[in-house]
Amino acid sequence: MANFYGVELSSPLMLGTSQYPSPAILTDAFRNSNASVATVSVRREAGFEKAGNSFWKLIQELGVRVLPNTAGCYSVREAITTAQMARELFDTSWVKLEVIGHPDTLQPDPFGLVEAAKLLNQEGFDVFPYMTEDLILAERLLEAGCEVLMPWGSPIGTGLGLNNLYGLRSLRAHFPDVPLVIDAGLGLPSQAAQALEMGYDAVLLNTAVARAGDPVKMAVAFARAIEAGQLAYKADPMEPRDMAAPSTPVLGKAFLR
Amino acid sequence: MQINVNGKPAEVKETNLCNILKELGYFDAKVATAVNEVFVPTAERSKLKLSAGDRLEIVAPQQGG
Repeated sequence: MANFYGVELSSPLMLGTSQYPSPAILTDAFRNSNASVATVSVRREAGFEKAGNSFWKLIQELGVRVLPNTAGCYSVREAITTAQMARELFDTSWVKLEVIGHPDTLQPDPFGLVEAAKLLNQEGFDVFPYMTEDLILAERLLEAGCEVLMPWGSPIGTGLGLNNLYGLRSLRAHFPDVPLVIDAGLGLPSQAAQALEMGYDAVLLNTAVARAGDPVKMAVAFARAIEAGQLAYKADPMEPRDMAAPSTPVLGKAFLR
Repeated sequence: MQINVNGKPAEVKETNLCNILKELGYFDAKVATAVNEVFVPTAERSKLKLSAGDRLEIVAPQQGG
């Protein structure tokens, strides 16, 4: 299992905590998913609400690591201030850095992302950058001090799976020693299995489980698919080929007319 | 004085950030703060005096993906 800023995770599943029908279903989904990381966020709260306190208690009871995000931030400054507030609230140096570039696609702004990553790394954060699968962007983020990269599969919340297989394979091949996480766009367990089969170290998803008709059942499905994908990668899959090759021996076949 | 709290105007008697949070009902709430878009750590709150028109952000743990 890959090392994420000195931490070896018990499972390659990072699961979001948003959009579940109820806190009880969130808890059940987590328990059945074997997820090792929960993503969380920070949002405005009025003094009388205290919703943050009860949510934090629920997350602590899950017994998983917490990865706060900077979701919804469009500027470097906004992302940095959000990360600083999250570090204090959740008492962790881990941050899932999102600097969004466009409201329709929610795609990362690569220029803002590198700038914010550099500043946060200098401040002692362990940055998990939500990025496109671009190789040069990956290089720049590593130069900025990131030790983990999180390319998208497809836009957040779409469930379209791995949109650019070539790009993702290329990224894996170029950075064999960097922990890589597919973050966003996964809609089905088979897509998560595909990511693990390609050698990705982990997947991060939320909507696929939370918005399923039965989130707990879907959490189990993802857990099994992820285990299968990881096992398949370790088993060293065969190379695909264009021409057919008989699997049954030809030698010794009866000559029949 | 009037300040802006989480995007809305608010009238407060206190000036010290620590006391303003108490005045606004955040006694035992797990929150983080920023003033005029700059993060203010918990340890710094008692040292910071706000002025009229300052923008205070108060955030808490929430669900996220």
